Amino acid sequence: MTTASKGAMLAAGPPLAAILLAVVVGLAPVAAIGIGEGLITGHIVDTYVLRILWFTLLQASLSTLISLTLAIPVALAFARVDFPGRSLLLRLFALPLALPAIVVILGIVTVYGRTGWLSTLIGSPLNVYGLTGILLAHVFFNLPLATRLLLQQLDGIQPESWRLAAQLDFTQMARFRLIEWPQMRVSLPGVASLIFLLCAASFAVVLTLGGGPSATTLEVGIYQALRFDYDPARATVLALLQLVLCGLFVLLAGQYAHAVQNWPSLKRAQQRYETRSAGASLALALIIILAGAFVGIPILAIVLSGVLAQFNWPALSSATLTSFLIALPASALSLALAWPLAQASARAPSRHWRSLLNLSALLTLIVPPAVLATGWFIAASRAGLAFSAAPFLVIAMNALMALPFALGTLAPSVQQAMAQHDRLCASLGISGLQRLILIDLPVLRRPLGLSAAMAFVLSLGDLTAITLFGSQNLVTLPALIYAQMGSYRIDAAAGSALILALFSMAIITLLDKWGARA
Amino acid sequence: MIRLDHIHFRYDDFTADFNFEIARGEFVAVIGPSGSGKSTLLSIIAGFDSIQSGRIILDGKDMTEASPSTRPLTMVFQDNNTFAHLDLWTNVALGISPALKLDAAERQSVDDALERTGLKALARRKPGEVSGGERQRIAIARALLRDEPILLLDEPFAALGPALRREMLDLVKELQREKSYTVMLVSHHPDDASYAATRTAFLSNGRILAFEPTQQLLKRRDLPELEDYIG
Repeated sequence: MTTASKGAMLAAGPPLAAILLAVVVGLAPVAAIGIGEGLITGHIVDTYVLRILWFTLLQASLSTLISLTLAIPVALAFARVDFPGRSLLLRLFALPLALPAIVVILGIVTVYGRTGWLSTLIGSPLNVYGLTGILLAHVFFNLPLATRLLLQQLDGIQPESWRLAAQLDFTQMARFRLIEWPQMRVSLPGVASLIFLLCAASFAVVLTLGGGPSATTLEVGIYQALRFDYDPARATVLALLQLVLCGLFVLLAGQYAHAVQNWPSLKRAQQRYETRSAGASLALALIIILAGAFVGIPILAIVLSGVLAQFNWPALSSATLTSFLIALPASALSLALAWPLAQASARAPSRHWRSLLNLSALLTLIVPPAVLATGWFIAASRAGLAFSAAPFLVIAMNALMALPFALGTLAPSVQQAMAQHDRLCASLGISGLQRLILIDLPVLRRPLGLSAAMAFVLSLGDLTAITLFGSQNLVTLPALIYAQMGSYRIDAAAGSALILALFSMAIITLLDKWGARA
Repeated sequence: MIRLDHIHFRYDDFTADFNFEIARGEFVAVIGPSGSGKSTLLSIIAGFDSIQSGRIILDGKDMTEASPSTRPLTMVFQDNNTFAHLDLWTNVALGISPALKLDAAERQSVDDALERTGLKALARRKPGEVSGGERQRIAIARALLRDEPILLLDEPFAALGPALRREMLDLVKELQREKSYTVMLVSHHPDDASYAATRTAFLSNGRILAFEPTQQLLKRRDLPELEDYIG
């Protein structure tokens, strides 16, 4: 081990210890109560628990299946056709996951809800709650994600393949069977695992669109057990199940995790040297138009209903202030954890160390927020701090939830900077604070900003932590929107959603600009 | 001078053993196929790679355990010899003071080093705004400023064309004669060795198979590895 890697591993100690502490404090009560009381009280074979587990698996599997099945033709269409507005449309496809979940859900309700646009159009009220609504929302989030990931994979096809296909006069079928499908197939298990993971751990969608106990998932079940029934034993049993489920899928999909927040690399469609029949062209155009409408209309609904909405300024301004007061320290904390981890990972003396470090950042995906929250909540209650500690718990939880994405943004730049400068710094004796000020900060200014902004925008839109720990005295913008939706003040909710969407978009646009130059 | 005393190095399944001495003021080239350990050899001397056993004597002092910045040497890398966000003057000045606290005499010496390497007019440019050859001159200017008795060059001119390479070698040779530096040059090109080095080491698979006057080494026909390399 060289001196540099020793130093980096040492510097990664505090963040690793903090993450470990957060997880242990979260898991210890869960394990103790869950295994102890859960087994004794029989909660573990409770039909309620089994029903929730079944529903979680069912909705996640169906969501994954539908999203992927639809994403394959959409990705193929985007890969095959170059048209004006293609890159704009692909940017639109990044919005559902980039915007705060609660904002997007409001858009979906505005279009598909009981009094929504579609109901008005066909003249009979639609029911968007329950399994249908959850599936609709999950497909809305994950169809564009899957499309982007599959398209990225299709972009990897060697240009020579298309020249060869033209030379050998391949039919469309042969092109698909011999070139596109083999290329796409490789990434299907990973993409499927990622979507399954996102749907199994999905909180906001199930909380808002799930209709009562018949349509509840583990993640939301934990929240209900904690905040409504105050039944820690049941919460811990649910948490244990969720832990096993998510742990399994993170191992399968972890490498794709950071793709969730990445903007698509906007490559033009490849030159394919092919002629298409009129029917085939029409079919491709139709696929693109349908997909664009599916994603675009609810986004449009957010803007339109927001502009026409009522704005409850006193509540809005206080929630905005709370949101910023939480998101700022959360993103700072996230960066303080991510930077040393990225440095240690770049200088790790061996591959095993590197995977261990990367795993530590993914830990917050393996241990779902609701599970951690269960433990933290129980620990804080025992210490009599359940309410006074709430803001800090929300900040810490947001920082941990943003960590995989902050690290994913920062790590490649840090690795590159280390590779370029480590030896030169060592030979010139530039180290410590001097190196930080003279070299690292100027060089990494942009990726550090990107990473912090990413954590900030994620924290700004978070509904999970604030719902688990929030109260009447602690209301962020997403919590306000959720409360307004819950009391059927959809107009007010639309106004709040527009404000939150504008904040998020401003930061995302900034991110986009920096990202292009970084 | 450089003396490697029964050095043994291991990383994963690559091993290397070195045992030789280079006198003060000598210009030595190191040639050999890629993966033979040429760069590792320089990294060991510079302190970037740690050895399992043996002793490293530099300029008469045992430097086996010394950190890279305290060893009496300057190393010029194949690339990344500069910080892209700092101008050439600052990049060179870092050679005397990592804190960039320079007195008037030191400032003058930075200017002199830039002048000597033909970079004076470019002093306020960033490395990205000058040519590849000029970027490598920054490293030479820095070496001149540091004035350490040992100069290690790890294929620093590999990306340059033949004429420019020769010009850079001339510059290094000039400095070496004038200051009596001990120079070790790792190169892909046997031409570089015969142009600049009095002695040359031929490396294969982590071992020095021959270490003798350059012209004599390049004429040898009894080493199959050398035959394969030169072709």
